[in-house]
Amino acid sequence: MAQMPYVAAIDAGIHQEMRRDPDVLYFGQNLATTENHEFVAAYGPDRVRVTPISETAEIGIAIGAAMAGLRPVVELYMAEFMLVAMDQVVNEAPRFRYMSGGQVKVPLVLKAGYGFTAGWAGQHTGSLTALFMGVPGLKVVVPSTAADAKGLMATAIRDDNPVVYLHHYMLTLEQGEVPDGEYLVPFGKAEVRRAGGDVTIVATGWMVPRALAAAQQLAKEGINAEVIDPRTVAPLDLETILQSVDKTGRVVLVDQATRHASTTAMIAADIAEHRFNALKAPVTQVTAADTTIPYSEPLEAHVIPDEARIAAAVRKVLQ
Amino acid sequence: MSVLPPGAERLIWMFTQMLRIRAFEDRVKRTFIDHPGVIRGHTHLADGAEASIVGSLSHFREGDAALATYRCHGYPMVLGSDPKAMMAEVYGRADGLCKGLGGSMHLTDVKRGFLGTSGIVGAGIPHAAGAAWAAQIRRKANMVLCFFGDGASKQGAFHETLNIASLWKLPLVFVMENNGYNVVTTSAQEDANAAAGEPLAVKAKAYAMPGVTVDGTDPLAVYKTVGEAIERARAGQGPTLVESKVYRLSAHGNIIAPPGVPLHFPEHEAIAVFGKREEYEAALRGDPVPRFRGILVKNGTLTSDKADELSSQIAHEMQEAVTFALGSPFPKIESALEYNYA
Repeated sequence: MAQMPYVAAIDAGIHQEMRRDPDVLYFGQNLATTENHEFVAAYGPDRVRVTPISETAEIGIAIGAAMAGLRPVVELYMAEFMLVAMDQVVNEAPRFRYMSGGQVKVPLVLKAGYGFTAGWAGQHTGSLTALFMGVPGLKVVVPSTAADAKGLMATAIRDDNPVVYLHHYMLTLEQGEVPDGEYLVPFGKAEVRRAGGDVTIVATGWMVPRALAAAQQLAKEGINAEVIDPRTVAPLDLETILQSVDKTGRVVLVDQATRHASTTAMIAADIAEHRFNALKAPVTQVTAADTTIPYSEPLEAHVIPDEARIAAAVRKVLQ
Repeated sequence: MSVLPPGAERLIWMFTQMLRIRAFEDRVKRTFIDHPGVIRGHTHLADGAEASIVGSLSHFREGDAALATYRCHGYPMVLGSDPKAMMAEVYGRADGLCKGLGGSMHLTDVKRGFLGTSGIVGAGIPHAAGAAWAAQIRRKANMVLCFFGDGASKQGAFHETLNIASLWKLPLVFVMENNGYNVVTTSAQEDANAAAGEPLAVKAKAYAMPGVTVDGTDPLAVYKTVGEAIERARAGQGPTLVESKVYRLSAHGNIIAPPGVPLHFPEHEAIAVFGKREEYEAALRGDPVPRFRGILVKNGTLTSDKADELSSQIAHEMQEAVTFALGSPFPKIESALEYNYA
């Protein structure tokens, strides 16, 4: 185990796989512009390249390279930059295996940060996870800890499908214990971050530490919350969530996205469909307000779910 | 760079492939009349572009790759795909090239180097560049042919990809089949170069790569021009934009209609929309398939009898493809969910 920040753990995952497999490529804008760049120095310019500001071509090139047998990782920096190339993400990469009747595989990773609510205003702060989670053929990864950042990146690179790897910008410098050596975290396996029997809280990304902080606060009031981090929303480990609902009968779902564009709306629907009789209170969502993210700090803080709002929602479902 | 002209055997092979594409697509078109309802959705024909397709693919080697658009029947035919499997795919059957999951717009035959076809205009162009990156770093002198239409050159994907391909000197040849129409919009209505009377190949200049225009109805001209571009690509000198001028002899595709309306191929847009019957008839008079036959018969490569025999063999081959495809079962219902993930 080594202590390292989340951002270093992502790189550790890429290094682990690039060392292991010469077919892994890593490229993107403003990457490897000198030969001293750590990735180009380690793996050479055949595999590590800087691109112009051309997201459609970058992601499209990744698709073609993947169909030709390579494993590209595209550095996109910001999830919103995928919107520039939405056709490639949603209607090209995940379609080719299917439309070819299983002839091709498209193993690629689209690495992008999201949720940068640190004064980045309206266009660089979105939580777009739900845009991708319902696209058949795509997998969607949302690590919330440094260890998962490494292990999920490595699994994403080895996966034979297109993976949208969304790291949370607010977690960039969060320190965590990260296993040394080869480390992989399986897709579709939620982690119970805190066990508890009174209420189930489901959260992803930056909302995980906020949910844990709320749970700690609630514990002082005698409320024992279970906090589940799905870690990947496609595939989604619904089973772990439903088992927790069986135990608690009360659910608070937390997402930094706006309500009708949230992963929680989807999870809430599944819970309602599969566990209606187990519920002792309405499924409750804590999401961002339905608004573009404001620049000004107090306004920005006001529209994003925080510890107090999560705790309040829990108290309400326990009434 | 010099590309030697093809010998007699190669010329006959080229003519045969042109005939096969035409005959296959004639049967696709006839299916709308002979077997209404068998072909669903949207189907696009390459009639008029056979010389361009065959001339380009004549240089294809093991390890090369080709990617194309939804107008994709010709390429796999030339690369060796079985017309039975192709027709079964167009009919949505279990024995289809893509197991009935892709249909006419998405033919793929990876074993033969035909990597894939995007139905979104221009979207496949960067895919070809990705495959070319793989070829570049594997260092086996392989290259990638990227086929698309004139309409795609108005997409950002085209411009972004030409820039990167030139910058990285990718082993790639961009073959733009310019058929003069984007559905019912003429090039002059949508393209600044065309409106200014320039060939579309001038777009290459913006990306510091050679841009050449060739008569895409002449298989030997295409053979030479694309052949030179391929030699450049294999030699590590980077990509070329080849504008191959063709005339689409059928309408853009079968009519777009809601369920219940029988599908058919309408009259060509030149007549139906623009009233330019003479333009269309001139294109028919220049039909590359009979024209190439005439050239080969005249220069003694083929006798008329041999050419007739080829046509009749190919008609038989395509009849067998239709019979096979009609007899192929629909895919198992469970296969609808089988290939979303690897």
